[in-house]
This record gives sequence, structure tokens and C-alpha cells, in this order.
Amino acid sequence: MSEIDKEIIVCRCEDLTLADVRMLISKGYRTLDELRRIGRLGMGPCQGKTCRALVQRELQAAGTPLKHQLPGTYRPPTRPITLGSVAAGSREEESERA
Amino acid sequence: MRNSAEVVIIGGGVNGVAIAYELAKRGCADVVVIERDYLGSGATGRCGAGVRQQWGTEMNLRMSIASVKKFETMNEDLAYAGDIEFKQGGYLLLAYTDAGWDQFKKNVSLQQSFGLAVRSCTPAEAKQIVPHLNTEGLLGATFNQTDGHCNPFHVTDAYAQAARRLGVEIYTHTEVVGIRREGSGRGGIVGVDTTKGSIATPVVVNAAGGWSKPVAGMVGLDIPTYSERHQILVTEPIAPMQGPMVMSFHHHLYCQQTPHGSFIMGLGDSSEQSGYSSRSTWQFVEEMAEKITWLLPPLKGVRIVRQWAGLYNMTPDRTPILGPVPAVPGYFMAVGFSGHGFMLAPMTGVLLAESILGQPATIPIEKMDLGRFARGEFFIEPSVV
Repeated sequence: MSEIDKEIIVCRCEDLTLADVRMLISKGYRTLDELRRIGRLGMGPCQGKTCRALVQRELQAAGTPLKHQLPGTYRPPTRPITLGSVAAGSREEESERA
Repeated sequence: MRNSAEVVIIGGGVNGVAIAYELAKRGCADVVVIERDYLGSGATGRCGAGVRQQWGTEMNLRMSIASVKKFETMNEDLAYAGDIEFKQGGYLLLAYTDAGWDQFKKNVSLQQSFGLAVRSCTPAEAKQIVPHLNTEGLLGATFNQTDGHCNPFHVTDAYAQAARRLGVEIYTHTEVVGIRREGSGRGGIVGVDTTKGSIATPVVVNAAGGWSKPVAGMVGLDIPTYSERHQILVTEPIAPMQGPMVMSFHHHLYCQQTPHGSFIMGLGDSSEQSGYSSRSTWQFVEEMAEKITWLLPPLKGVRIVRQWAGLYNMTPDRTPILGPVPAVPGYFMAVGFSGHGFMLAPMTGVLLAESILGQPATIPIEKMDLGRFARGEFFIEPSVV
């Protein structure tokens, strides 16, 4: 592992470096879902939109070709939204129905 | 894959790996854990990550109090290189009806008799504990400081690593397709068939969580568990502002800020049908947002980043089924945790290992058996969201 890997950010939401990702993969976490759960990779506000492809490339380099990689789970919402906006929108719909 | 083992555990959730570790620790290391997906992929990794001792039945109290003791020293006990992130910020339970408040008072005196430092609070006292709490309509609350949060992924990982070090084999992405019994399928357990081969074994543990019923069906047992979808969402992390889990049975909700800074919150939905769906819905997000921004108004400005769902494996009395089944020699169960399997897992591991090895029980579990439903001896837990 080179020193520069410790400076390269892969998951900017949760502050994980390339060195962190390679260390987790070397410990045996070999799917996107496992890496998320153990290391919080892709669990921040962007939900993996930045790091997913980078991590897939690392998994491939570690011996799991892309075609054999499990896709991982995409969960709503597509973009972060405040609880207040959802609550206000929901109340508006109710008053329109009434 | 190994072709024989002393014990095969079906289910790589927190209970499966905790049982495996406790067996190995007691000298029975010839243990295999079979997991269909990856470790913690079912209810464990989908749960609300809460750890509570404020229960209404003696058994849940005994198990949860002893489990908290184990969480407190788990990083060291399991020699875990990571951190299970145990935060004892307390649980604040809210009462809105006379019936609810009466139940809380009964629970508190029972809990205190077990040595729990739980206390009843007026709405004003509750507001001191959670300053941003809206106390409108609140009759009273109970608070216990040693309840809290723990990271389910890391607890599962800690048990799995410790178990592997002692010799336990864990096969992920492997599904159990059948369980073989002696004679014409009526005798003791002789083996387990999986998608990756067969393993001869005299002992099988059903720790299959949401899928406990089909796994019981593999030995011809019809058990009264059923699965029910429950949904959760998590927000972006913000600076620490809420110590305890806030929980209201009246609103069927709970909400806690994790050590990471995010808020995890969930709702029970009484209209939910039993089944195996773990898809999330927009209706949940709307209802959750409405209720939580009323109860904890500053959360209006916090962003939701993710929502998901998981299965509660329910029993008729909302109390787990633990231990052997006399009709099927060699078959043990740790199922039906009814939404609190994670927080009880440390003791479930101990009690199942003791039961399987025929060792004296730390907490007697005979009454937690499957037979109690036929005998009509229920342990109805009043306090479940």
C-alpha cells in the first residue's frame, strides 16, 4: 500500500480513503453491501453516487470481475430531502383532498 | 465446504454468529454457520440499533439487563479491532393515555425489582432530558440511562471474527434447502443440505429470523411465528443534540441520534400484513415525517438520506422461542424475537450454547419453549413498537 493511497478520498461523504477501501477489501469484505455496512462506504448524503464506481474498480482489481459483482442496493430518496419538506408536502396533499 | 459438523446454525444474523461464538468459547468449535446472503443482511442489519432494558416481562428484563452488561465490555471480550459503538444515552418512553401510564408504572416497579435504575418523569422532567421534545398531550415518561444504541453491523462482525478465530466456519451466499432426519424423517437430526453441498450433523439451530417458519417447516414443525415488515429512515449526521432514544407506543414510533450524528427513526404500522416484503414505501416517509416533526420539531431542518425496511419475526406473545424441541431431537430454536432480537443477542448466544451443550442455564429458558403456545402459557410483552 503506497502512502499516496492514504491521501486519495474515495467516499467523500464518510471520509474514506483509497487505503481504507483497500484495507477493507483485503479483510474479505467483497461486496458493495458488505463494504457499506462495515465501513459506511456510500452511506452519506450522496448515497454512493461518487464512490460506487471507484469501489467496483477496486473490487475488480482485487479479483472480482465486474460481471460477477453483486450490484448492491439502491435506496430512496434519490436526493436528500428535509423531514420538514416531506411533512409540509404531506399536509398540503391532505388539505387538497379534504 | 466441510462435510460434517457438531452443530449447524442456520442464519448469519447477530443471533447465529453469537450462538456460534458462545459454543466455540465453551469448547464446541466444530460449528458451521450457513447464511443465504451476507452476514447481517436480514433483520440484524435493518434494525433500529436500539438497546433497551425497559421491558414489561421478567424474561425480557433478565435477558436485556444481562445483554447490556455484555455490550459494555464486548470490544474487549471479543478482542474486536473495530468498535461496536455502544452509547448509553438512555431511553425515554412516553405515555399519552391513562392505560399507557398505568402500564408504565407497573413496568417501572417490575424493572426496579430487577435492579434497573429506571425512573418515572413528569412532562417537565422529560423536557429536561430531551429539551427539544414537544410535551403537548404528554402524561408522563420513564427514563433509564443505561439503555441506548449499538452498531448491529459491528456487533455481528465482532462475533463472527471471534468465532472464526476459535475455528467456526461461516458460509455466506449459501442457502439451506433441506434438513435430514433419521428413520423415515421422524427421528433425530442427521444432516443439512445446502446449495453448496451437504453437512452431516446431529444438531441444527434455527436462527433464520424472518424465515424461521419455513426453516421449521424443513423438519415438519409448524411454528406460530410470522414476519411483518417494519420501516426505518436515517438522516444526514448533525452535531450531537439528543442523548436518549425517544419512544412512543401511542404513536408507534422511536427516534434516536446515533454516535455518528445521524437520526434513525421507525414506525410500527398496525395495517401491515404479515409477509416477506422488505420494500420501502413513500407512505412511511410521509407519516414518519409528520409525526416526528410534531414530536421533535427541530428535526424539520434535517435531511433524510435513506430509507429501508426489514422483518420483525413475531410470535403470538411477542416473546422469542428459545431452546430445544422435544419432538425433533437435535433441533434448537432462537426465533420470534418480535423486533428486539439484536439487543437480546448477547444472552441468546449464551443461553442457546448452554442449552445445546447441556450446561446449567444462566437464565432458565424452559418456559420460553415452543410448547408454551400449546399449553396456553403466554408471556405477553406489553411494550413493543
